[in-house]
Amino acid sequence: MTAIAAPPSKAVATPTRTRWRDLDRRRIWIVARSDLRQLLEDKGFWMPMVFLGGIFFLLIPTVLLLSITRIGDVEVVSQMSQTLKVLPQSAQAQIQGTSDQGRTAYALAVFLLAPVAIVVPLTISTAIGASTIVGERERGTGEFLAHSPAHEREIYLGKLIASLLPGYATTLLGFGVYSLVVNLFVGPEVGGWFFPTQQWWVLMLWVVPPFLALTLSIVLRLSARVKSTAAAQQAAGLVTLPMIGIAYSQSTGALFGAQNAGLILGAFAWVVAAVGLARGMRAVSRSRLLGVNDGV
Amino acid sequence: MSASPSPPGSMPPPLIELSGVRRRFGDVDALAGLDLVVPENRITVLLGPNGAGKTTAIRMITGALDAHDGVVRTFGLDPSEHGEEVRRRCGVVSAKPALYDRLDGHANLAYAAELYGLGRGPKVDETIRAAAARFGIEHALDHRVGGFSTGMKTRLALARSILHRPDLLLFDEPTSGLDPESSHAVLEMIREMTDDGRTVVMCTHLLLEAEGLADKVVVMEDGRDLVAGTPTELTRRFWPGTVVLVGAENPEALGVAGNIPGVRNVEADTDPGRVRLHLDGDRRIPDVITALVANGVRLTRAEPLEPTLEDLYFAVRTKKPIADDGGRQLTPSDDAPVTDRHRQVAALTGWPGAEGDHR
Repeated sequence: MTAIAAPPSKAVATPTRTRWRDLDRRRIWIVARSDLRQLLEDKGFWMPMVFLGGIFFLLIPTVLLLSITRIGDVEVVSQMSQTLKVLPQSAQAQIQGTSDQGRTAYALAVFLLAPVAIVVPLTISTAIGASTIVGERERGTGEFLAHSPAHEREIYLGKLIASLLPGYATTLLGFGVYSLVVNLFVGPEVGGWFFPTQQWWVLMLWVVPPFLALTLSIVLRLSARVKSTAAAQQAAGLVTLPMIGIAYSQSTGALFGAQNAGLILGAFAWVVAAVGLARGMRAVSRSRLLGVNDGV
Repeated sequence: MSASPSPPGSMPPPLIELSGVRRRFGDVDALAGLDLVVPENRITVLLGPNGAGKTTAIRMITGALDAHDGVVRTFGLDPSEHGEEVRRRCGVVSAKPALYDRLDGHANLAYAAELYGLGRGPKVDETIRAAAARFGIEHALDHRVGGFSTGMKTRLALARSILHRPDLLLFDEPTSGLDPESSHAVLEMIREMTDDGRTVVMCTHLLLEAEGLADKVVVMEDGRDLVAGTPTELTRRFWPGTVVLVGAENPEALGVAGNIPGVRNVEADTDPGRVRLHLDGDRRIPDVITALVANGVRLTRAEPLEPTLEDLYFAVRTKKPIADDGGRQLTPSDDAPVTDRHRQVAALTGWPGAEGDHR
């Protein structure tokens, strides 16, 4: 064999440190766009997504709010109205409406259905995110990415965006529909269109995005590590449960008069999401894209 | 790429150099001290059974995997340090075509074009169509890849590999799953690729593929290179003797061949009307034929047998002793330099020379 002039270099087991400014944003978007295009091409994916958004943002609110405001003398409305009356004074002050039906519908629309805004994007985005890296490996396309000039972190961020966007876009669209439904059915009870409230704007623009990013940072790490998409989906389900719990606590906090609950929770979520993303980026390596046993 | 002409028969400067490369996957040594030199503008075939380390070697070359030990240089660069630069100049076709089934052919190629920095637009579309046309797949660009046959997928993967005009093409068993006709077409295409100055490294366990295609052959086993060289070099090195297949109207008359000077051995052929004569060298052929005729043998056939790559491969792989191999002389010739590697190979394969008696 020919002698090699270059000095021998021992194994480079750890990847060289890459700074944010070294990453090619264009390439991140190329990876994201390709993934999004594949999702759009797959009816089997986006049809359930549309159904999910339709059920949570249109069907359930319509049925519930219509039942309460139009058939107000039913037993359940009466019971709910009594329940609202036992809430602390500060909580009751948050609920608007002059009639029992109106107050019940308002509480339901503004506070109790708020977690839906988290459930829908989390369900959609985790479904995508869970299969995004392990899916490349299972289909053999991880080999293509591993041999491409794209940096592992560009691939990670591209896949993060491709997982986040469909969930968030569905949520924003659903939010618009939900606003319309609430204003149409509850608005007349409280003196006109009132939705979205300040808490909902905070929820949609300040709390949901970091929650999604944080959840996906964990889900993508799982996706990089597990052996199959099925395993990734199972593990991702466990991650989303506490997130939904937190969403409930946020809405409860708002109901009980903690006006800044959303702002504080959102700020905390942004910080944790930033840390989660930074750590998650290290989860994607070429050996994981190739699916080789690297003992890690 | 600068493809400076090299003297006929000699190898151009190396484009890839691997030296003592080791790579473990868990408890398994995928590469156990691989040495590999790939000359520029040539087709180098990595030949070996499944698990020999061929695919891992390809991954080392592009930096898709890092070496645990040893030196890897591609285009003179360390791929673990300059991975992006190295990979930008490589085109890879893996054993699975690695295409996105939900996208159409054009979208698959467009994705690669963008990742490799070609951008988008009519000019790139033209490049995509030209690459697809080269592999006869342009008619299917608008169809979903999920509906493609294996042959179509391979052609599309080949088209994708050349989109960005790479200097180095790495093909990992590109004909796996193809019918013989498609395999032949793909191999022809690979051969054409060196015409415009590209270097090709191809992995295969199919001997027929390597035969006639390889400018250089590297036989691998257990993560090591067993033998390496041009097919001619290997033939000269390991089959210095000459074997002539001889047939006669009166086969029993061929018995005299054993007494003719220059004939070392007479071996029965599978055809009872023929024998294989093992001679000292090619120069003996006219004398032996003349002597046979002079002895009244009415020859119907006299054909020098060229050892094939298959002969070499199986000799190495099955570690057959000479006597079991039809009398073939597997000892390195006297004029060929004997290296430690050759002795190691000899020891591994049970060939004479393992004790280092050849200098």
